[in-house]
Amino acid sequence: MMRTLRIQIARNPLMAVGVVICLIWFSISLVAHLIAPYGPLEQNMVNRLQPPSQTNLMGTDQLGRDVLTRVLYGGRISLPAGLLVIIISTVIGTLVGAVAGYAGGMWDELLMRGTEVFMAFPTIILAMAIAAALGPSVINAVIAMVLVWWPNYARIVRSLVVSVKSNDYVEAARALGASDRHILFRTILPNCLAPAIVMATLDIGNAILLFAGLSFLGLGADPSTPEWGRMVADGVSNFDQWWLSTFPGLAIFTVVMAFNFVGDGLRDLADPRVRKARG
Amino acid sequence: MSLSAYFLRRLLLAVPLVIGISLVSFIIANLVPSDPMAANLGERAAADPEIVAAFRAKWGLDEPFFVQYFTYLRNLLSGDMGTSIRTRRPVADELLRYMPATVELATAGIIVALIVGVPLGVISAVWRNRPIDFVARIISLIGVSAPVFWLALVALLLLYLRLRILPGPGRLDAVIPPPPTVTGLYTIDALIAGQWRTLGNALAHLILPAVVLGAYSAGLITRITRSAMLDVLSMEYITTARSKGLRERTVILRHGLRNALLPVVTVIGLSYGNLLTGAVLTETIFSWGGIGRFAYDSARSLDFPSIMGVSMLIALVFVLTNLIVDMLYYILDPRIRL
Repeated sequence: MMRTLRIQIARNPLMAVGVVICLIWFSISLVAHLIAPYGPLEQNMVNRLQPPSQTNLMGTDQLGRDVLTRVLYGGRISLPAGLLVIIISTVIGTLVGAVAGYAGGMWDELLMRGTEVFMAFPTIILAMAIAAALGPSVINAVIAMVLVWWPNYARIVRSLVVSVKSNDYVEAARALGASDRHILFRTILPNCLAPAIVMATLDIGNAILLFAGLSFLGLGADPSTPEWGRMVADGVSNFDQWWLSTFPGLAIFTVVMAFNFVGDGLRDLADPRVRKARG
Repeated sequence: MSLSAYFLRRLLLAVPLVIGISLVSFIIANLVPSDPMAANLGERAAADPEIVAAFRAKWGLDEPFFVQYFTYLRNLLSGDMGTSIRTRRPVADELLRYMPATVELATAGIIVALIVGVPLGVISAVWRNRPIDFVARIISLIGVSAPVFWLALVALLLLYLRLRILPGPGRLDAVIPPPPTVTGLYTIDALIAGQWRTLGNALAHLILPAVVLGAYSAGLITRITRSAMLDVLSMEYITTARSKGLRERTVILRHGLRNALLPVVTVIGLSYGNLLTGAVLTETIFSWGGIGRFAYDSARSLDFPSIMGVSMLIALVFVLTNLIVDMLYYILDPRIRL
């Protein structure tokens, strides 16, 4: 076990780096209340807009709140939001794609044309419309993102199901008298999961990016919440105070990059051609 | 199948898609429990029963949902997208007014992405697993990982505020009047009018937003070019070309890159959608008077006719770029014609 792990790290150092950075950010989010020097909402108006110093390592914002503290807390919103979007989208997309691919014919046409409609929608515009209609909040931003995200998974799972469906073992299951439901969920889907999971991992970074973008535009978390995208937006109105936007931006950047490292590595692992060439 | 028959078939397939998009945006706009009368007409006009009756008749507001939707479709077909609640001007006019700025920015962004992405991808594939490949891969990962809005801020802070190398937000310096409108693209219009100073200024203003906007696509294109090149370079016809004694340059560019371009074309098509997403954020930060900025302002003021207009427009652009990508495929890959 340890040996295979060592081999994997040697083969794909970037993936290992990604896993470590992800773990660090998740741990920080979990224990933010223990390690943060101040409270995330604690204001100190005398000490506002101060550059980084020994007392405030990342400076203070326009209300005198400690930027470091808020960066540490920020992951508590962005990370679960990004993961939630991907998990819900994967579930919905898998169901729609699996049914379309398995049933075929009219159902396939109907479901996939519907999927295309949602795909053609500009993600951020739809998200903006929904957030505007339902009111800006973290949950509404997540709903908006799921609406434009699931079609990707529906498409990929459908094509996987179609290709797995023609295998002999599916025919064998049918000959044994298995029900459609059993065949689809027990025989076909388990064989489609790996590529879908790789794609989902590659997408977590994108989801966190878009969520931060929505927050930046004021369509996510409400203003006082310590959220990275929101914090970068504070930096726009206080343009001269570089520390306001630089540090939360770096937080988003490192998290997204780490997830991309991991996703890339997983894709290489899942692709036998790459594996052979590397080994 | 001839090119025109192929084109017609693809075009017909796009029709149900566009109808579906209009239906979804109509449903979303109707989610809002607001009074369209007061919102669209303003208080004084809403108090006048005659104006209200005319408005109700025009948009079929007394009718059931689907009849309303068909009225909307009919008005849409005649180019009437309704009136913006915020600016009180026809949405179609607003879109036409803001479109050129976004086209200019998005095109510049794609050019930046291509200039950086394709060579970097080729270099990365040719010198695979060497240090230069590693560096190229990290650069491309940075491109797809950095938040656009943050890159924009950092770039402005550094290159405009601190170093004063490049101009700040806006499409032109405040002292320079826009060139006479022909296309609405300041660079092209300045070129047509022969106003060199304006052209220079417009280009200088374009650099930062274009680089920031193109960064994500550049990363994407690098990655796709690299993997497509790796696939192609392992083909037997490359070995054949080498054994014929062709120069390595010719082998890689003529025999390799040309065949690797197909997936790259697809990504460029898909990137355009990403660019428009990025445009909302980039235009907001750079005070760039384009569609993205218009969409943002519309969403903030719950201006649903405008939001629907933007959604329809961008969805149409998406359908159109996909159509063009299909056409390019048809031209680049003779096998599709069989």
